[in-house]
Amino acid sequence: MQYTDYYEMLGVARDATQDEIKKAYRKLARKFHPDVSSEPGASARFKEVGEAYAVLKDPEKRAAYDQLGANWQAGQDFSPPPDWNQGWEFRGGGHGHDGGWGPGGGAETFDASQFSDFFETLFGGGGGGGFGEQQRPYRARGEDHHAKIVIDLEDAFDGASRPITLRSAEYADDGRVATRERTLNVRIPKGIRQGQQIRLAGQGGQGAGGSQPGDLYLEVEFNLHRHYRVEGADVYLDLPVAPWEAALGTKIKIPTPSGSVNLKVPKGSTQGRTLRLKKKGIPSKKSGDLYVVLQIALPPADSEKAKQAYEDMKVEFDFNPRMGMGV
Amino acid sequence: MRHDIVTVVTGSIIDDDRGIPLAQLCRVCGLPADEVMALVEEGILDPQGNRPGRWIFPAGSIRRTRTAKRLQRDLEINLAGAALALELLDRIELIQARLRGADSSLSRRR
Repeated sequence: MQYTDYYEMLGVARDATQDEIKKAYRKLARKFHPDVSSEPGASARFKEVGEAYAVLKDPEKRAAYDQLGANWQAGQDFSPPPDWNQGWEFRGGGHGHDGGWGPGGGAETFDASQFSDFFETLFGGGGGGGFGEQQRPYRARGEDHHAKIVIDLEDAFDGASRPITLRSAEYADDGRVATRERTLNVRIPKGIRQGQQIRLAGQGGQGAGGSQPGDLYLEVEFNLHRHYRVEGADVYLDLPVAPWEAALGTKIKIPTPSGSVNLKVPKGSTQGRTLRLKKKGIPSKKSGDLYVVLQIALPPADSEKAKQAYEDMKVEFDFNPRMGMGV
Repeated sequence: MRHDIVTVVTGSIIDDDRGIPLAQLCRVCGLPADEVMALVEEGILDPQGNRPGRWIFPAGSIRRTRTAKRLQRDLEINLAGAALALELLDRIELIQARLRGADSSLSRRR
């Protein structure tokens, strides 16, 4: 196990006041909070910062941590001194922030117990030094767990099965905490939308004393799609069309998340015209619509023939696109 | 470490078009009713129905509730601050979606 320098993580001196620590934490939290940050690796950084703050904001934990001495370097191999777990009593895992969001395709629970091994060893939360052991009532329904799952837009149209791997701490029969990893093959119902929750009954934390387990909730997020944008149940497609297709009208084959369809482009269509395909959005009782936004694409003038065609247009059209600009 | 492979489990969508009632929102988010009421008061959540017993929250309210509580706790801000952050996040999301649309049509025209 490696020594973790909590002061360095918050960027404060070892003799920083509680106010300085709070200020440093808040600044870093705003910068790296997974809900607001677009920085790469924000989630991991936030976890570190949250852990550092959980220790340093609590006078007891801070004093205990300081007792390890100032001679440790971050990353140095560390094991707690033999008399470590004497004289201190800590309650709970501390800060209790949600853990990181899972990477694409997978899922990660975000419960409070996701601090580092270093933290767990020093301040408990389970297993470790024998203090900070959580008090569990004899009979209690298991906790609900929350995780995030990333799927493709097409999965919302067809439904899909996704394996997700979850890690959890569970109480074994002898009362000790053991880590359990399990893979669930989750069937994602058709019609799911961004931000909605899927409930997997009984897949949360174990109940104590033979009680019901908790539920697992998965928050759904879509991968960015090459062609489509999604707003609620509605789907948007930017569709390139040739100038003559827009002007003269045509029937063209277009992709939709549920397969290709024929679309009638009305004659006289202009740039940005939006055509609605009813009920071709994400399906459900109130199915969304598919909006096709026409984007007029110009053919390149890259040959003599093409140049001539543009020349002809110049002659044939009495067209000034800047009319009305007063120049 | 134990590793179990569990067979297929089928999920159910809990905040679909019918929306979700107050009691269920409280249970899923692990919050007492008065905290959810405070979120409604602050305008973070916008249920239909004229009194709490009849409140129906639209799809997405669970995520919104959880995000609001996370922001409040992790950034040590009050509800008004969390409400402002959420509104700004909504706007950023909308602008980014439009930007992606504009980007893809631009690159096609190029």
